[in-house]
Amino acid sequence: MSETYLGYSGELAKVLRELGVGVGDRVRVVKPDGSVYEGLLMPRYALSSRPIIVLKLDNGYNIGVRYEPGTRIELVEKRRVVVGGRVTVPLLEESPPPGPKPRVYIIGAGGTIASKIEYETGAVRAAMSPEEIVEAVPEIAFVADVGAGVLFNILSENMTPEHWEKIVDEVAKKIEAGYDGIVVTHGTDTMAYTAAALAFALRGLPVPVVLVGAQRSSDRPSSDAAFNLHAAVLTAARAPFAEVVVVMHGETGDTYALAHRGVKVRKMHTSRRDAFQSINALPLAKIWPSEGRIEVIDNSFRKRGEEELRVENGFERRVALVKYYPGMSSEIIDFLVDRGYRGIVLEGTGLGHVGEWLVDSIRRAVEEGVVVVMTSQCLFGRVNMNVYTTGRKLLAAGVIPGEDMLPEVAFVKLSWVLAHTSSPEEAKKLMLTNLAGEINPRHTVNLYPRWPHEG
Amino acid sequence: MPLSPKASLEGIDFRKLGLKVGLEIHQQLATRHKLFCSCPVELVEEGPEDVFPRRLRPTRSEIGEVDVAALFEWRKGRVYEYHAPRAASCLVEADEEPPHEINREALVIALAVAKALHAKPVDEVHVMRKIVIDGSNTTGFQRTAIVALGGYVTLSSGKRVGIQTICVEEDAARKIGEEGVRVKYKLDRLGIPLIEVSTAPDLETPEEAQEAAYLIGQLFRLTGRVRRGIGTIRQDLNVSIKGGAKVEIKGVQRLDLIAKVVAYEALRQYRLLQIRDELRSRGVKPEDLDNVEIVDVTDVFRGTKSRVIRRALSRGGRVLAVKLPGFHGILGVEVQPGRRFGTELADYARFWGGVGGLFHTDELPAYGITSEEVEKLYEKLGARKGWDAIVIVADEERKARKALEAVVERAKQALIGVPRETRAALEDGTTRYMRPQPGAARMYPETDIPPFEITEDVLKEAEALVPEPPEKKLEKLKSYGLSDELAQQVLRDIHLDLIEKLIEEFRGRVPATLIASTFTNILRSLRHEGVDVEAIPEHAYRELFSMIAEGRLAKDAIPDVLKFLAENPGSNVSEAIEKLGLGGVSLEEVEREVEKILDQLEGELREKGERIFGKVMGRVMAKYRGRVEGRVVAEIVKRRIRERLEKLGVGKR
Repeated sequence: MSETYLGYSGELAKVLRELGVGVGDRVRVVKPDGSVYEGLLMPRYALSSRPIIVLKLDNGYNIGVRYEPGTRIELVEKRRVVVGGRVTVPLLEESPPPGPKPRVYIIGAGGTIASKIEYETGAVRAAMSPEEIVEAVPEIAFVADVGAGVLFNILSENMTPEHWEKIVDEVAKKIEAGYDGIVVTHGTDTMAYTAAALAFALRGLPVPVVLVGAQRSSDRPSSDAAFNLHAAVLTAARAPFAEVVVVMHGETGDTYALAHRGVKVRKMHTSRRDAFQSINALPLAKIWPSEGRIEVIDNSFRKRGEEELRVENGFERRVALVKYYPGMSSEIIDFLVDRGYRGIVLEGTGLGHVGEWLVDSIRRAVEEGVVVVMTSQCLFGRVNMNVYTTGRKLLAAGVIPGEDMLPEVAFVKLSWVLAHTSSPEEAKKLMLTNLAGEINPRHTVNLYPRWPHEG
Repeated sequence: MPLSPKASLEGIDFRKLGLKVGLEIHQQLATRHKLFCSCPVELVEEGPEDVFPRRLRPTRSEIGEVDVAALFEWRKGRVYEYHAPRAASCLVEADEEPPHEINREALVIALAVAKALHAKPVDEVHVMRKIVIDGSNTTGFQRTAIVALGGYVTLSSGKRVGIQTICVEEDAARKIGEEGVRVKYKLDRLGIPLIEVSTAPDLETPEEAQEAAYLIGQLFRLTGRVRRGIGTIRQDLNVSIKGGAKVEIKGVQRLDLIAKVVAYEALRQYRLLQIRDELRSRGVKPEDLDNVEIVDVTDVFRGTKSRVIRRALSRGGRVLAVKLPGFHGILGVEVQPGRRFGTELADYARFWGGVGGLFHTDELPAYGITSEEVEKLYEKLGARKGWDAIVIVADEERKARKALEAVVERAKQALIGVPRETRAALEDGTTRYMRPQPGAARMYPETDIPPFEITEDVLKEAEALVPEPPEKKLEKLKSYGLSDELAQQVLRDIHLDLIEKLIEEFRGRVPATLIASTFTNILRSLRHEGVDVEAIPEHAYRELFSMIAEGRLAKDAIPDVLKFLAENPGSNVSEAIEKLGLGGVSLEEVEREVEKILDQLEGELREKGERIFGKVMGRVMAKYRGRVEGRVVAEIVKRRIRERLEKLGVGKR
């Protein structure tokens, strides 16, 4: 494997490195047939080993020029860096009215809520200082006095329980510093896991903690980032509830956002703005950012300022979330037990089943002190293991029925529970206790969405 | 030389003016699906749709720049209401799903055009995002990519006009309405593949511009893979004269308008330079406009008879005025026929202030504004009659102020020359201010779409589509039996590829001349009558000619049938025949009728033999004219006569 240079590999990487050219330098490429291309050298984003040089032409377009034997590359001019003061035209003409406003702190934990494009190279840079955020989304300054800081900036798929713990500590610090609400910017893929983690670790929450992200990156005019952030800050500043919530688009249009309880929310679409939906529960509120209005939907929430924060941070790493599939081998359960896993959340079929050939392995797991929780792949509805034989066998083997908890939420909860108790008995009790609204004992008919079935 | 108030093309020598024109010609491609998704390439008028509102925020560059026009739209609170027909749009157009890989078919067609224009394909196609500010793209940018560079097209004079770039790009959503801050767009057109050919600014007369546009458009049609009809081809023009500025003119939909638009733009720039010279000779300087005051003159119009002003006042508006020092008479000067310098100012007031329009002293007293009111205006603004001009706007105070600020800004430009701006082409060939030209090209890579390498395989595929040169095509058309004149007409017809397909398909059954002239003559005269012939679908022509081939429809009936089809979208030829009373005649019925007549004429038949043909034909046709082809009736009559004569034993002598 040869090293890459600006995303280029092989011979081309070598030539470019030897020439000492960097991104944005003006180069001339002369092909063996005499054709000449001149433009700014661009990095190669595509993970492709094809020997093709990417140039930005003077008309702004990028093209790829094949580097074939006999092709000559010349450096014409090093990149000219524009120096001089930034001229920043404010987006809004009006300034926020003076007077005290709620204080909201924005914690950057990934997801680019604000960014700037370097048109010359196409590079997108995340902007995360309070000044930059207010510059990008000036509307929030009308709602709150905003503080902000970056905790870390990682892709949401790279998030681990360690990151949850860091966020918990940071949120706690800012709540103790007297902020009226906290916003956490986060990549959307695993946002719901983090939301659940915060909901369990931050006991006695006195203010709202709002997770927010974007489904369209913030470098584009149609990004949902600003709308979502505006709604999130509004929620953090003024919502009557003190809960961990996810605030994202409520529908495809830029109309309202929804505040979903962090332990009842799931990303249900790969790409839509309204990907986040409450499952087995109603959202807590509708947020209309342009009107500055919060419309409460579900009144059964913990009220702002009623309790005192108790942080119970920490998540057990030896917990697994296992999705059952037809024909699954019992070796998978055995492996986890042998490796010292302390908890297994099963994502079973229907009311909470797995192939009956797994029952022996599961019984052995429980006997060895592993806590096993059953959830359903159906997502909607409640686990009930009394109805069919296999369910009863699993119960007898010691499996804990996970009620209507989402598999991911049960996984986060078990990770948290096992970090705070060594007793499987105690763990079982906690798993069956509604700690943060993760269990909804009443499912009314309207909680199940109607899927389209007419053309 | 005094500045004449009228603008006229008389005596204008475009070469002397240093006219330079570049073209950007956009043509929709007839691919199986759109450029970045699997939706069909078609516009729909009916069927279920989803509607949702969105806003677009101006993006900021690394050094803090924001596109002024984008910012302006956003501050106005612009809301875009998107209508997403389910038959012709999906989550990709709704900006709810990343784009799919680029449509290979579109690239192949573009490469074929590139080859015909002697352009050089790039080795790898990179899709870019070009910021577009008007909401016509749900993303806020248009996806566009260079496919080939260089090349040329040769005019009839032998002059070579350079080609700069050949791109494929996505078409924009189509605007279907506007209400206040809400602009409505339909998403069916969004994402339809376009080929864009940009020429160098080598064109030096309006006629050259028109010919180049014609030649490039013809080349597109010769591939046989482009869409037809109004709006499927659009020309943008870049026009400048010596001392003027490169002005972008958007959306010329009719080819025959190009020469006129170019000529009028050259004229406008020339007139603006004359205006500048006149102002300079009066000693007016840009600084004179630096500190002009916008004055509230509502008092002057308390009892006005002007309806426009009264309406504005009754809604709580104000009348604001500004003095343009030394501009007396200038606002009444025409820059294009029917468009005065005052009209240019009004365009700015409308765009930047969102007001309905303005009044200026070069046109007053009029519109219910009296000379006393004008006198008072001059007095109130401390303006000199016969030297200064005054512009007034009646509207909400904030809007009126913005409008007048824009007027002053535009007036200041008049002392410098021709402002760089983007203008929209109007039906009569004149143009109107649309928006300022975007600053540095706001283009950045579309990272959601992998680059596409142009391999030998792709080039080979394109080879098969390279259009034949027009001369060759003409020979081919003549070989079908078309006259030179008709073949020439077909070559120019937008239905060229369809005509050829139909001629091939109905070879030996329907004469090529009939098929060709259906398009070149019948369709043209229907269009002149105002019939929307674009509404006739391709398969209707096929049905029409098979009916003719089978003798179920007479060719005289073609105009009526086509008219019916155009006026009743979704109908078919059989329906047309029935509704127009042209049909209902089966061959069996004709046979029976012939038999009946022959029965009646039996005596005569014995006597005259085959010479009775004319009489029988006459009677049958009197009954069925227009409903059945004479040729078919003649065959039946001949056969029946022969049969009877044989039976009677008098057939053969």
